[in-house]
Amino acid sequence: MQAENPLRDSFKKTVRTFINVLPIIVGMILMTSLVVTAFPEQISTGLFGNGDILDTLLGASIGSIAAGHPLASYLLSGELLGSGVGLIAVTALVVTWVTVGIIQFPAEAMMLGTRFAMVRNITSFVAAIAIAFLTVYTLRYFGLT
Amino acid sequence: MPDKQEKKGRGGWLFLALVLLAYAILGLVNPEATSRSLTFFTHVMAQVLPVLGLVFFLLFVANLVLKPKWIKRYLGKGSGIKGWIAAVLGGILSVGSIYAWYTMLSELQQKGMRNALIAVFLYSRAVKLPLLPLMIHYFGMAYTLILCLYLIAFSVISGIVVEKLSLQRSE
Repeated sequence: MQAENPLRDSFKKTVRTFINVLPIIVGMILMTSLVVTAFPEQISTGLFGNGDILDTLLGASIGSIAAGHPLASYLLSGELLGSGVGLIAVTALVVTWVTVGIIQFPAEAMMLGTRFAMVRNITSFVAAIAIAFLTVYTLRYFGLT
Repeated sequence: MPDKQEKKGRGGWLFLALVLLAYAILGLVNPEATSRSLTFFTHVMAQVLPVLGLVFFLLFVANLVLKPKWIKRYLGKGSGIKGWIAAVLGGILSVGSIYAWYTMLSELQQKGMRNALIAVFLYSRAVKLPLLPLMIHYFGMAYTLILCLYLIAFSVISGIVVEKLSLQRSE
């Protein structure tokens, strides 16, 4: 019978875990790369201008689908604000960009459970819309905009 | 448990095969777009690899040191306010690709971490400390401060809602 070796056992367990998740990570990054490069910014700027509620839903949806570094969401948001899109819609986009992950959903579901991933993403989407309105209304309330 | 792990492993490889198939098809239809995507992929992978190295080390340490009893105590059902604070701070301080953190959270979930705290961790990741100066530059100090406070508050709300609506994996 082999003697118990915590170091070796932990290393083996970690390697096993990594072998399981590596194809998911590589697959997700490949898929994200495909979506990001195929998603032209011009499309998003032409879609807005339908009032706060619809624009916010649209902003939240774009942020949910988009993937990539959060820095990209700031740059896109700057472009959108510059082209006249409202701050509420832009905030919803920035928040869902980092809290909702349609692209990452398969990985999240595989690793943390489908029901958990579904509930978390829907909750995060709704929360992002609430945060967008609350942030802008708070700024307005204190006369900071 | 081993069956579950094996199934998860096979699912991952199947998923990768499907994505590669999509690339192969796109490569035949639009080689230029495929090349752009692959360039982007190598760029992202270069950023993710060091983080994966860090996560591998953290996982190794977690497997070595953290015992299910410990996780249950500090991040499990009876963890109380300390667990919530740990999840919020952990999310804010976590850096790098989300995929790497899914791995860590999946391990902790299997060891007894509450779904609520996993949701809190994932939500509070929206507060990006290294990017705060940039956010202030784009949107202003007041906006950034108010948004971050709401993000932290909603990370807790989202944790409560997610736990109420989702089932614990172990159940």
